[in-house]
Amino acid sequence: MKAEDISWVKSPEFGVMDQIFLPAIFTGMVTTLTHMGNTLFSSKDVVTQQFPEQRPNLPANYRGVHRLNRDDEGRVKCVACYMCSTACPAHCIDIVAAPSPWPDREKYPEVFVIDELRCIYCGMCEQACPVDAIELTTLYDLTGHSREEMIFNKEKLLSVFDKTVAMGTDPVRTTHGRLGVASEPASRGVTGSSSMQT
Amino acid sequence: MATVYINDKAVDIGDKKLNLVQAAELAGVTIPHYCYHPALSVVASCRMCLVEVGEKKPDGTVVMQPRVIPACQTPAKDNTVIQTATAKSKSAQAQTLESILLNHPLDCPVCDKAGECKLQDYSYNYGNSESRMVDEKNTPPNKPDLGNNISLFTDRCIMCSRCVRFTREISGTAELHVVNRGVVDLCPVGALASKDFLYTHRVWNLKTQDSVCAGCSTGCSIHLDTNKNVVYRLRPRENPNAQGYFMCDDGRLGYHYVNSSNRISKPHMKSESGADLSSWKDILPTLRAELNAVALKNPAGIAVMLSPFLTVEEGFLLATFIKSISHKSKLVLGPVPVIGEDDHYPKTRSSVAPQVKFTIRNEKCPNKKGIEQIIKHFEGDVIHVADYLSKNTPEALFIAAGYQGEEVSWFDNNLLELFKKVKLLITQDLFPSALTDVSKYVIPSAAFSEKEGTFVNFAGLAQELHWACVPLKQVRTDGQVYLDLLERKGLLQAANIRDEIAKSIPYFSKLAGGKLESNGVHLENIS
Repeated sequence: MKAEDISWVKSPEFGVMDQIFLPAIFTGMVTTLTHMGNTLFSSKDVVTQQFPEQRPNLPANYRGVHRLNRDDEGRVKCVACYMCSTACPAHCIDIVAAPSPWPDREKYPEVFVIDELRCIYCGMCEQACPVDAIELTTLYDLTGHSREEMIFNKEKLLSVFDKTVAMGTDPVRTTHGRLGVASEPASRGVTGSSSMQT
Repeated sequence: MATVYINDKAVDIGDKKLNLVQAAELAGVTIPHYCYHPALSVVASCRMCLVEVGEKKPDGTVVMQPRVIPACQTPAKDNTVIQTATAKSKSAQAQTLESILLNHPLDCPVCDKAGECKLQDYSYNYGNSESRMVDEKNTPPNKPDLGNNISLFTDRCIMCSRCVRFTREISGTAELHVVNRGVVDLCPVGALASKDFLYTHRVWNLKTQDSVCAGCSTGCSIHLDTNKNVVYRLRPRENPNAQGYFMCDDGRLGYHYVNSSNRISKPHMKSESGADLSSWKDILPTLRAELNAVALKNPAGIAVMLSPFLTVEEGFLLATFIKSISHKSKLVLGPVPVIGEDDHYPKTRSSVAPQVKFTIRNEKCPNKKGIEQIIKHFEGDVIHVADYLSKNTPEALFIAAGYQGEEVSWFDNNLLELFKKVKLLITQDLFPSALTDVSKYVIPSAAFSEKEGTFVNFAGLAQELHWACVPLKQVRTDGQVYLDLLERKGLLQAANIRDEIAKSIPYFSKLAGGKLESNGVHLENIS
């Protein structure tokens, strides 16, 4: 770097008014009192929310607690392909596959467990899933009394689905329309829209 | 001397009779193929190996044939030129794949073959990403109970007919479209699935270790697939010295005892005062002291039974230990399980016996030959334990059993009665039995998947076992126990022991240096 490239900035010189600080204090107090007045006497421009009585409206792509989606008949959508557990960087998903009791698919998860404490909520499982069976919801205030309680099994993950559906807070994939089986366009016998349309 | 040019690279194939797939393999070039298998006849039906072929004329010019031809069906001769990477070859490969995939379902996520599927690999390397098929895919019904051990996913089949040719040429059972033996390994796609492995695991989570099947004295080379210390499947490993390309279902499915929860999990010593010992720290010195006391009283009072399931190293270490206690102690061979007759394949209905391509031996143990040679070295001749015990009653008997398998007991009642006559019984085995109930010392044994060492098969082929799982917390591998009894420091290094054996026993001299090739070493000179 050359010397002429450097431009030196001088701090403004302190005048008498600056040296007594009172004008600056008054300017600051005006801002404070304006906000106080707004909060007390008008509902306009209030940013504070009264949690937990008031709940924030989170965007649909928020990455909170997982849910296992159900299909139209209420069965678990998951086909136990292990893609999510393979993609998971935290190794928090455990699946045990079994032959499915239904004729329209070969495999289903007998056991599906997510350790919610181990999870880093990165959303890789959601992206890896070829049948859109796992999604991250907007539920964020996850608490429990023990570590065991935070290990979610299939039933618990399905109940998160029921809960979020009842609340009307479906995650982004579901709200954007159902995806088909991976890379099978809709015209080939798969109901719903295809991945090409999302 | 013949020279073949593969993608402009000259390869000398000598006098070998090869087809172009094999010749290209020598040059390090893979020509994709489905229906061709080195152990089966050539049908050239899948068309995956289509390549451009030509000839180099004496004057140096190259004349290519105008059309692509199947490499598996074309013999390699002098001056053959193969081009696998030209536009013509590549488009042939891509078009073949597109046609194979016309009716193939895209159910890779639920297919057990995913991860080791040739369709996936070739589609990725040679195929198009899109299909131009506009019609509905043909979805024939699956046959989940094709055989006792095999499930057929008909829609995934690409009609390579490997399985059909296997049943005709190798097993000789010729079920035209019904297959039941060892065929799952042949299927290049996910159409034939092993019921035993079906849906249990995804293949990319498995760790593979080279090993040897302990099911019979053929000693098939295998891959042991494990994850988190659990054996999930056994697969044949190609080895021309041992069995070739295949393995039998008894071996393939006979590993479940390894994962059994009934296995002896810790050492145990019964004492008269009732203060039983169950830690290695206490048991090993007590055992050594007790054997020394017996030897002091009666030098010929100790006998050792070596089972044909021990590795050569284990047999050698235990023999060395016992001989160091008393050189008059006796080594005998344990019962050798034999079931029926040798089972040769292919089967035939004609009176002319065909050339045997695969044999399941009736001797259901992996290392009888190796243990016999150890005993011969120390004793001069091999005596069976039942013969020995019916004439002698030693004061102490160390039974190094380690018999693999859970359901069948390796001793009969007569032998048990003979065992019971011995005052001090030391039993090392995998599973609790009537024998362990009456033994003073019970020492856990390790399964073949947990130890390293050498098995010598029926023909004198020495092959190396590698450990793929860690034994249970309180189980030490048999070899380690003997090493500890010998008060030799450190962990068992099979290669070092092998070198030691090679130096002291002439039969094993070819093991000198301790390193064993993955295909094994023939210890006997074969004519």
